Amino acid sequence: MTHLRVDLRQRAEELVALYPRPRSAMLPLLHLVQEQDGYVSPEGIDEVAELTGTTPADVRGTASFYDMFHLEPVGRYVVGVCTNIACLLAGGEELLAHASERLGCAVGSTTDDGLFTLEETECLADCGHAPCVTVNHRYVRTTTPEAFDAMVDEVRQGRRDHEIPDHGTLVRVRRNGGLRVPDEVIAAERAAAKAARARRLEEAG
Amino acid sequence: MAVLDAPRIVTSRLAYEDSHTLARYLATGGYEALRKALSMHPEQVAAEVDQASLLGRGGAGFPAGRKWSMLRPSEVAYLVVNGDESEPATFKDHLLVERDPHQLVEGVIIAAYALQVNRAFIYLRGEFALGLERVQGALNEAYDHGALGRDVFGSGFSLDVVVHPGAGAYICGEETALLEGLEGKRGFPRIKPPFFPAAQGLYGEPTVVNNVETMSNLPWIVLNGGAAFAALGAGRSTGTRLFALAGRVNRPGVYEVEMVKNTFRDLIYDPAFGAGVPGGRPVKAFIPGGVSAPWFGPDQLDLPLGQDEVGAQGSMLGSGSVVVLDDTSCAVRAAWRITKFFSRESCGQCTPCREGSGWIERAMYRLEHGGGRVEDLDLLLDLCDNIAPGLTWPPQQTTICVLGPSIPSSVHAAIEMFKDEFLAHVESQGCPFD
Repeated sequence: MTHLRVDLRQRAEELVALYPRPRSAMLPLLHLVQEQDGYVSPEGIDEVAELTGTTPADVRGTASFYDMFHLEPVGRYVVGVCTNIACLLAGGEELLAHASERLGCAVGSTTDDGLFTLEETECLADCGHAPCVTVNHRYVRTTTPEAFDAMVDEVRQGRRDHEIPDHGTLVRVRRNGGLRVPDEVIAAERAAAKAARARRLEEAG
Repeated sequence: MAVLDAPRIVTSRLAYEDSHTLARYLATGGYEALRKALSMHPEQVAAEVDQASLLGRGGAGFPAGRKWSMLRPSEVAYLVVNGDESEPATFKDHLLVERDPHQLVEGVIIAAYALQVNRAFIYLRGEFALGLERVQGALNEAYDHGALGRDVFGSGFSLDVVVHPGAGAYICGEETALLEGLEGKRGFPRIKPPFFPAAQGLYGEPTVVNNVETMSNLPWIVLNGGAAFAALGAGRSTGTRLFALAGRVNRPGVYEVEMVKNTFRDLIYDPAFGAGVPGGRPVKAFIPGGVSAPWFGPDQLDLPLGQDEVGAQGSMLGSGSVVVLDDTSCAVRAAWRITKFFSRESCGQCTPCREGSGWIERAMYRLEHGGGRVEDLDLLLDLCDNIAPGLTWPPQQTTICVLGPSIPSSVHAAIEMFKDEFLAHVESQGCPFD
């Protein structure tokens, strides 16, 4: 019995198979754990360790380096408001303060009903729509307090769920099959290409 | 006057709603460049790119052709695309991966063929949820179309491309940290030497790491020739470049601009680009190439958008991000926020960066929020000098990677340019702009 659901376990194994070394799948696998559990759970860490041939300590040590991985449970919707330079100049700090008041939770914390977690983020690379706001890493482009409030109401009522899926940045990413080129084919092609290049160099003198 | 007659090299499809689909891509000449490249010898393709003088569009501006030529011959080699775009106020690659993913994929296949590499990875920052969907979608379509996988278009060349999600770490834009992330580790930049992943990269094997925009230029270069690309721009800065314009402008956005032929004034004021500052207010300062770059004042507005032109004036074009401050913007607050960013994103390996960034951030915080002292100005400059001795440009380095020496840029520039404003903050024990 794995901790990951059957479908996620299968996706996890497919991801591992895409890389020359299993450990390379660490970040995508942690995204999958977050997709299922909403955060990087201890059980998920154990399973990623097993899948990548590492230890739970290794996995936790890696996960803790990256901002997107939550090592504690968070709300169903993680709202990020950017206050970095472009957003600062467009009122990002004010919008973050408004978001905190509107949601009723301090920056970095979760609402009592477990619906929202509010984060102050660094630049999210959407500075043409500053201040930048994301919900579960979907850009919602609500740059004014009024637009923010309307968005929150819609999210609360579940009316944005088609465009704002639950946790997991890979929720809608599906690879159409695994690697198509076996290592032996690559080795043979490389040898042939090397020989062809040597011939061309020889012909060119 | 802005020069607007250059061809659109990487933004030609953005007018289409379905610009990310294979159908649109094929209808607009997509994958023709790949077919042409496959009819040439790999070295010929590399020679075209070398002739184009395509400078890397990620930030360092290293010539792509030269980077390729350094790839150590080996049984195994990799191509890695850096799509971890995180330099504050840089949002051009975001546009390219969401709106024209096939152009990126075609560029990757061309590069892999030129380098004779059979495995490539596209590392996208994890926050690009839609970008990850779009690039994976484009890869799926490319496989079905025969442009990827075994025996690409019947050429005998085979290639697998894997899209790899990051997970929120600015430092992973540094190419050796990115490789660590791709190996499933903490994003710690690697100790140099070796200086180039072309000698020792992913899993210790030779690896070429190129930026998303760099790759996206390749289809045009192959179709039109390196000479046509080099005919645009001037000097070493050839072709067009995407500039991400943000801050106090009427039309923030990403604009494709011919290099050197246009100036910062054109970019900020021309109706085709930024269309000026809101309310017609004056430009107080601007950051010419990402927050790692020293700031410029209005006296530099007529400087051409060229790598060497900006470098000679003591800053850099860097990641292609231009941020405008007007007379309502507080220089202390801006420099404080940038330092807070570096402090948060320092990986913590090197003492000058880890400790220095936090120390500078705290001093800047008290200046901005009350509690600042006149002697803080000397303290700040001393701290900056400890991270990048001499405060020269380009900066001296005391750390493994260039994040450290990027920290002093904004603080040093702000103190040099706006000392009176710092003193006013001390005088009023808080921000006079509040």
